Amino acid sequence: MLNTVDLFEDDRPEGSDGRDQMGHFVTGELDLSHGVALYLEDITVSFDGFKALNNLTLAINAGELRCIIGPNGAGKTTMMDVITGKTRPDSGKAFFGQTIDLTRLTEPEIAHVGIGRKFQKPTIFEQHTVFENLELAMKTDKRVWKSLMAWLAGDERDRIAETLKLIRLNGEADRQAGLLSHGQKQWLEIGMLLMQEPKLLLLDEPVAGMTDDETMRTAELFVSLAGKHSLVVVEHDMAFVEKLGGLVTVLHEGSVLAEGDLATVQNDQRVIEVYLGR
Amino acid sequence: MRRPLTLRILDTLDRKAWIALAVFLALALVAVPLLHLAVPEDSAFHVSTYVITLIGKIMCYALVAVAMDLIWGYGGILSLGHGLFFALGGYAFGMYLMRQIGRDGSYGADLPDFMVFLDWKEIPWFWSGSDSFLWVAILVVVVPALVAFIFGYFAFRSRIKGVYFSIITQALTYAAMLLFFRNETGFGGNNGFTDFKRVLGFSITSPETRLVLFGLTAVMLAMTLVFASWLVKSKFGRVLTAIRDAESRVMFIGYNPLWYKLTIWVISAVLCGIAGALYVPQVGIINPSEMSPANSIEIAIWVAVGGRGTLIGPVIGAFVVNLAKSWFTVSFPEYWLFFLGLLFIVVTLMLPQGLVGLWKKIMAKKGAEAC
Repeated sequence: MLNTVDLFEDDRPEGSDGRDQMGHFVTGELDLSHGVALYLEDITVSFDGFKALNNLTLAINAGELRCIIGPNGAGKTTMMDVITGKTRPDSGKAFFGQTIDLTRLTEPEIAHVGIGRKFQKPTIFEQHTVFENLELAMKTDKRVWKSLMAWLAGDERDRIAETLKLIRLNGEADRQAGLLSHGQKQWLEIGMLLMQEPKLLLLDEPVAGMTDDETMRTAELFVSLAGKHSLVVVEHDMAFVEKLGGLVTVLHEGSVLAEGDLATVQNDQRVIEVYLGR
Repeated sequence: MRRPLTLRILDTLDRKAWIALAVFLALALVAVPLLHLAVPEDSAFHVSTYVITLIGKIMCYALVAVAMDLIWGYGGILSLGHGLFFALGGYAFGMYLMRQIGRDGSYGADLPDFMVFLDWKEIPWFWSGSDSFLWVAILVVVVPALVAFIFGYFAFRSRIKGVYFSIITQALTYAAMLLFFRNETGFGGNNGFTDFKRVLGFSITSPETRLVLFGLTAVMLAMTLVFASWLVKSKFGRVLTAIRDAESRVMFIGYNPLWYKLTIWVISAVLCGIAGALYVPQVGIINPSEMSPANSIEIAIWVAVGGRGTLIGPVIGAFVVNLAKSWFTVSFPEYWLFFLGLLFIVVTLMLPQGLVGLWKKIMAKKGAEAC
């Protein structure tokens, strides 16, 4: 298990009075002192009687890179919806660190406490330039008045330039984002996530539609991000999962079927039955 | 670090746009008054009262169209109830104009004629202060803002979008129309307010008063264009268009769309209210038909014809459609609605970017041929 406690000590979200940047009260400061970044306990979500999540319990450690796999309908996307506040669970607990109760926060509030999400289908602002996409995502005060008066400072431009380099779009800053290739859009969305400086990144099929080369480069990027950030990656591409290393959790019918490194999971008889042995 | 305010205001428009704006203001503030007052009526260059009233009216509509474009073209929210805010501003200012009539009404009473007719003995509470220009000027801004804020807060908080939102706004303006039709509501029932005599003590029909109102409307339209341009070029504007294109992404990067939508919605409503207040003294009447659903739909048509998501488009659209309307309703009154419907279909099917989009296409083609 990674010991990353020290990494987060000086890195608390702003506002010691319990308010986030939007002026809303959050249930507490991000506290990762016990080494757990995300803790889901007995989460159940049902849609018209169908249990999308069924007593799901899952813990992600601070700095961990975790892969989630599972057949279609296993509840992977619903799980991300619960973590990001899009769906409220019928029962169960969802905590970010020790103190932040995710089931009580709205989507923007959850983004502010430090959870970034990449959608399955690349979701970027197609009418804006690549630069503007990153600018809008950048961690800052995101209230209306501040946006009206916003002015990009030099260091903020530098940060955008750094991210552009990291996602290999430095030549495309002024290009309309809708004109990028599919793989580039995926990278831009990852770049937008990084601009938010999240503590936890949720990545839903980040390499779908990428070339093999792009996939491998993405894997390298994620591995380099682990430690400083916690990452939860939902993916079907086993070569990619293998390259990422780390623990693999198998979801099936809304709860955890197996957990372990990829080799262990792949040899698990139950996993083979429901998923890999199709 | 930060550029001085004057420079930032200069940045909002490019050189060509500033020149166009200056030419427009010179025409409205210098040329039109000269041609109206100094040129004899039988001269071909004389600008008649009819033309001044018509253009003044259309400039008010253009203001509404720009307001509509902010919420629809940039915010992606189609309101089919913007006539309500226009009418609220108009009614608020109309109250002042009614009080300015004084004892010159047909009953020669202190109360406005319609109140005498209803046998009311004194001014109702919501009319108090309406004899003060300043108070009414505040109402013109605050009433549409308040109605928009309350309605918008609940609609946007409940995440009502798309066609559902449009239908609710349509119902809202319809309900308001029915309310204002009632005599007991206290706004003159189906006759509304008319027969105005004075504004700030000046005769409302004198050429000078007309020209001042005309000039004020032109200045307001120009200022609104500069303000709107600054707004859509700010980071606020980029967030707004981002909400239009991918709202969930905006939420997950930490913006609360509710406050962004509400801000632009209220700004849009206030601009409509001001337009209404400028409209009423020039046209000389305000009645509940301004709140009819058809009126609000027409506003959307001006914007669609001119071109959504460009600021000059709605102004062009408002002028083209309304000039056509004033010609049609004189020459072929029975065909106007058919023409309007046809126009809307043609624009929707063939010109999704409106006239501005067509112009850009033609220029691009010319540019390609020149190469």
